[in-house]
Amino acid sequence: MDWPGAIFEQLKAADVRQLAHVPDAGHARLLRLAEAEPKVRVVTLTTEEEGIALLAGAWLGGQRGVLLMQSSGVGNCINMLGLAKTCRLPLLMLVTMRGEWAEFNPWQVPMGRATPGVLAAMDTAVLRIERAEDAAETVAGAVRLAFEGGPAAVAVLIAQRLIGAKTFGK
Amino acid sequence: MSLDRDRAERLSLRRRPLVARLLEGADELAVIAGLGAPAWDCAAATGERALTFPLWGAMGGAAMMGLGLALAQPRRRVLTVTGDGELLMGLGALVTIGAAPAANLAIAVLDNERYGETGGQPTATAGVLDLAALARAAGFREALTVRDQAEVERARSLLLSAPGPVLVDFKVRAEDLPIVMPEKDGATLRDRFRRALGVA
Ligand SMILES: Cc1ncc(C[n+]2csc(CCOP(=O)(O)OP(=O)(O)O)c2C)c(N)n1
Repeated sequence: MDWPGAIFEQLKAADVRQLAHVPDAGHARLLRLAEAEPKVRVVTLTTEEEGIALLAGAWLGGQRGVLLMQSSGVGNCINMLGLAKTCRLPLLMLVTMRGEWAEFNPWQVPMGRATPGVLAAMDTAVLRIERAEDAAETVAGAVRLAFEGGPAAVAVLIAQRLIGAKTFGK
Repeated sequence: MSLDRDRAERLSLRRRPLVARLLEGADELAVIAGLGAPAWDCAAATGERALTFPLWGAMGGAAMMGLGLALAQPRRRVLTVTGDGELLMGLGALVTIGAAPAANLAIAVLDNERYGETGGQPTATAGVLDLAALARAAGFREALTVRDQAEVERARSLLLSAPGPVLVDFKVRAEDLPIVMPEKDGATLRDRFRRALGVA
């Protein structure tokens, strides 16, 4: 099942116009779909916290956005998450998990394990996609929570098991 | 190369009248003000202003907020006014902005070569670092360093109307000025800004 396609359909339905990211292999298909959609402005960041400030500005200007990253990027975001919280700005994040299942790279494990706790510590709502068939519904729920239920910071963690173990051919 | 801690005290440009001139009559301009002194300078210049969003934290985020706003509001001029220390914390933003160019985005750096808010410790701009050169290398359409009053008007018109992204590094005197605090409730700032843009 094409879960990145299902996620992208939800983002389009929610009128998300700015997509910011530091690339992760798990987001590669979603990024290709976004690049091909003229209504969505894709902004490649040098570090993930830039995306929180970018999307704060986008919302101030009347546009919705989404921030894509892998779990290690969550650690880069901590202080900037305070911007969304203090100003009660919507913030939608899609986080591909590393270091939680069949991980071959030990350097991914510490931040992968810390990711839910770090987000919770900054008062970010955390949802999780374990199965492809749940992707659309979970993202739709996250969109609603972020843009209508708060506004609030919401992270959707995409399970490593769903993405598939990365092996670099090993 | 060591830092020259004292030369900023001999710089001739003064930040308060400079910011007042940048914002004078620019009623349609949307402004993001970096934390600390740049936010106080904007408040001193205009008082409370719905289209100015002063930051009280989020250090390193002012330029990127300007980018997100500029992309969302392509027909409106957006100016980020920030400090050298604040810009240095998010220096990658220059690269991101250079690669995702917004023609309506401008950045004015009030470069006192110090972390003024925290006791005046020198920043890297007190040495050889050239912020305008960095911005040019990153792809900014215009980027220059301004030291004299005689260059201010040209810099102002670049900031307010030249195709961007534009960055002006204003070398301003290191000085202690009275703090003029703007509104600090984030939700209040958010709502009044969005209402002023007509997007609330
Ligand atoms: C993440 C983070 N680190 C440190 C600080 C403390 N801090 C507040 S303002 C400031 C210096 C700002 O310097 P600059 O942008 O050059 O402004 P100036 O006061 O010199 O005009 C620092 C280091 C902070 N607020 N946030």
